[in-house]
Amino acid sequence: MFLLRLPDMCKRVLLTAVLLGVFLYYPVTAYAMHIMEGFLPLKWCILWGIATLPFLLLGINSINRTTRRHPQVKMLLGLAGAFTFVLSALKIPSVTGSCSHPTGVGLGTVLFGPTAMTVLGMIVLLFQAILLAHGGITTLGANTFSMAVVGPFTAYLVYKLCTKLRAPAWLGVFSAAALGDLLTYVTTSFQLALAFPAEVGGFTASLVKFMGIFAVTQLPLAISEGLLTVIVFNLLTVHNRKELEELTVIASGDISSKGAGLQ
Amino acid sequence: MRARNIILLGLVILLAVAPLWLKKNSEFGGADDRAEQAITQVHPGYKPWFSSLWEPPSGEVETFLFAVQAAVGAGFIGYYLGYSKARKKVLEEMEKTAAPTEISKS
Repeated sequence: MFLLRLPDMCKRVLLTAVLLGVFLYYPVTAYAMHIMEGFLPLKWCILWGIATLPFLLLGINSINRTTRRHPQVKMLLGLAGAFTFVLSALKIPSVTGSCSHPTGVGLGTVLFGPTAMTVLGMIVLLFQAILLAHGGITTLGANTFSMAVVGPFTAYLVYKLCTKLRAPAWLGVFSAAALGDLLTYVTTSFQLALAFPAEVGGFTASLVKFMGIFAVTQLPLAISEGLLTVIVFNLLTVHNRKELEELTVIASGDISSKGAGLQ
Repeated sequence: MRARNIILLGLVILLAVAPLWLKKNSEFGGADDRAEQAITQVHPGYKPWFSSLWEPPSGEVETFLFAVQAAVGAGFIGYYLGYSKARKKVLEEMEKTAAPTEISKS
């Protein structure tokens, strides 16, 4: 709790320094991104597809409801999509000596809730699968589940928890985005470990292996995503206060007192 | 807030650039080959059962498409934030001219 009382900047710098220190000593060379086309056995493709479906339907419903109730937030929805679009395209070097990209679903989750991001996330994944041969059509279900179901729901729960604990808004947004990003790739590791248990050591051995590839590389990127999300959220709290209040992202009148890095 | 955001942006850049000199001898390659290796290491016989419908013919074309993706997204974000900022300013000025007394009270 004492951490909460330090000035914001100190906390940010401290956190970055500590985490950076951890990565420096991590020797693994690995690559981390979505599951490639054809690299998930058919049965798992179908299973993850089915698991994703209800969230997708709920998401379409949720977006319809939101845009009907608040037609003026459509542009903001576009912004959430665009943010995911940009971040998914940025392959950033990581301290493991390989590259990965953030997911960008945290911002939209904070604004529109988790299921709305299932829809937007899937659109981005579909685009990348078709035009960039990144991810895949057959693995779309599994990748959507990790990036656009687990990611947003993690972000949502973290954000709600932070709000409940009365943490400053920037901390809530940062943690939501960063952990949503990280858990996406932890999920990817789980999915691969389930589909490819090692001959020796089974599921656990595979999980450790894939975690080394997918999750560790993602750590600094998760921090980057958290920081970028806070930047955009800061700008929104200044220029789009009305929309945020309408979406009850933050209770009306609450922004100036708890605002993300505004005080 | 502007100063804060600039500092945050600086940290993001630092996080992206630092690995380049911390791990000078790394390849910083993409996912596909290495993840493939990891899978075939665990399950030596595995053959991907489906391949991409279309693949960018070269690394350059792929980079181009990724750049387009980032540019389109960033373009929209910039447009929306600029639009919101200008709209807020105009609305504030309209309020000021319409009801100057109310503003001075608050």
